[in-house]
Amino acid sequence: MPGEQDGFDGADGFEEEPDDALADHDAEEAELGQLVRPYTLTRGRTRHAVSEAFDLVTQISPAPRESGGADEEAQDPEHEAILELVRVRTLSVAELAADLDLPLGVVRILLGDLFEAELIEVTRPVPAAELPHVDILREVIRGLRAL
Amino acid sequence: MVRATWGVRFRTPVRIAYDARVMRGTKGDGSFVAVKILVAGGFGAGKTTLVGAVSEIRPLRTEERLSEAGRPVDDTHGVEGKTTTTVAMDFGRIDIREGLAVYLFGTPGQDRFWFVWDELAQGALGAVVLADTRRLEDCFPSVDYFERRGIPFVVAVNCFEGAQHYPADQVRDALDLGAHVPVVLCDARERDSVKEVLVHVVELALTERESVYS
Repeated sequence: MPGEQDGFDGADGFEEEPDDALADHDAEEAELGQLVRPYTLTRGRTRHAVSEAFDLVTQISPAPRESGGADEEAQDPEHEAILELVRVRTLSVAELAADLDLPLGVVRILLGDLFEAELIEVTRPVPAAELPHVDILREVIRGLRAL
Repeated sequence: MVRATWGVRFRTPVRIAYDARVMRGTKGDGSFVAVKILVAGGFGAGKTTLVGAVSEIRPLRTEERLSEAGRPVDDTHGVEGKTTTTVAMDFGRIDIREGLAVYLFGTPGQDRFWFVWDELAQGALGAVVLADTRRLEDCFPSVDYFERRGIPFVVAVNCFEGAQHYPADQVRDALDLGAHVPVVLCDARERDSVKEVLVHVVELALTERESVYS
């Protein structure tokens, strides 16, 4: 069946060949990705004081400042890459991890750095599951049907 | 040297292929609403296909030290030699309007990755359990998980070409599902079919909501 060999479903034997599961990545990119162990980017940190705050759907946007140039230049390329992405549009933690092709844990730590440097704004969305308003759910149903 | 490689890599244009509508999360006041729907099911049941049918699919991975899963990790002492495993998931985003988006998360298919499920399930509105009638038993763990957590779920029978089609009731009996669990037939490749499945999930959540608040 078309599509079944791509992405996660085709990759349950994933531990041996991590890059097999990442669909649509060209060989060159995969090769580059293997040059650095992911947690090297975080200087060995596996947890950040504030990284717990970054739920998968937490929204990240740039801090509202016009002239933050000096601070931003001091950041690592990965920090800069996050800032570049969220300047285009507000993104969730999950989207950032996918776009940067980095594990979630790494992205959370990098976001923690940026948050502490006051370079990003973090918005925890209200999970619809906690909202009593049925109107929102009706709106979602209408929206899905209109897709 | 190595850092430079990453720098070069990230300075190449990052592929950003969203639809043209720009959505901004409103800062701080919680007015952004995220509808999280999980897509579960056994290996090869079509989770990736389903997510991809209604949204631009993106691979997402998380690395976990298996021996440490679920335990707080506050330093890097003894990291050497620990088993790190990569867990892959798929996710997609559907913008309903500014400030309201549906996130679909395909759950990892292996039982030992339950710790990832717990994070995914947090705040989830509901779930789709994708069933393949050739291996119906593969979706038992998902059904159990959502029942235990009280997360509303719909069983969607993916009608593969060539697979024998069973009436929904037969699937319901085989999975020992209560009458309140919707069982629907779908084709995970078809956008309209998947849309209907998702509508079923939201309607189920809506029904439960109405019965609680009325």
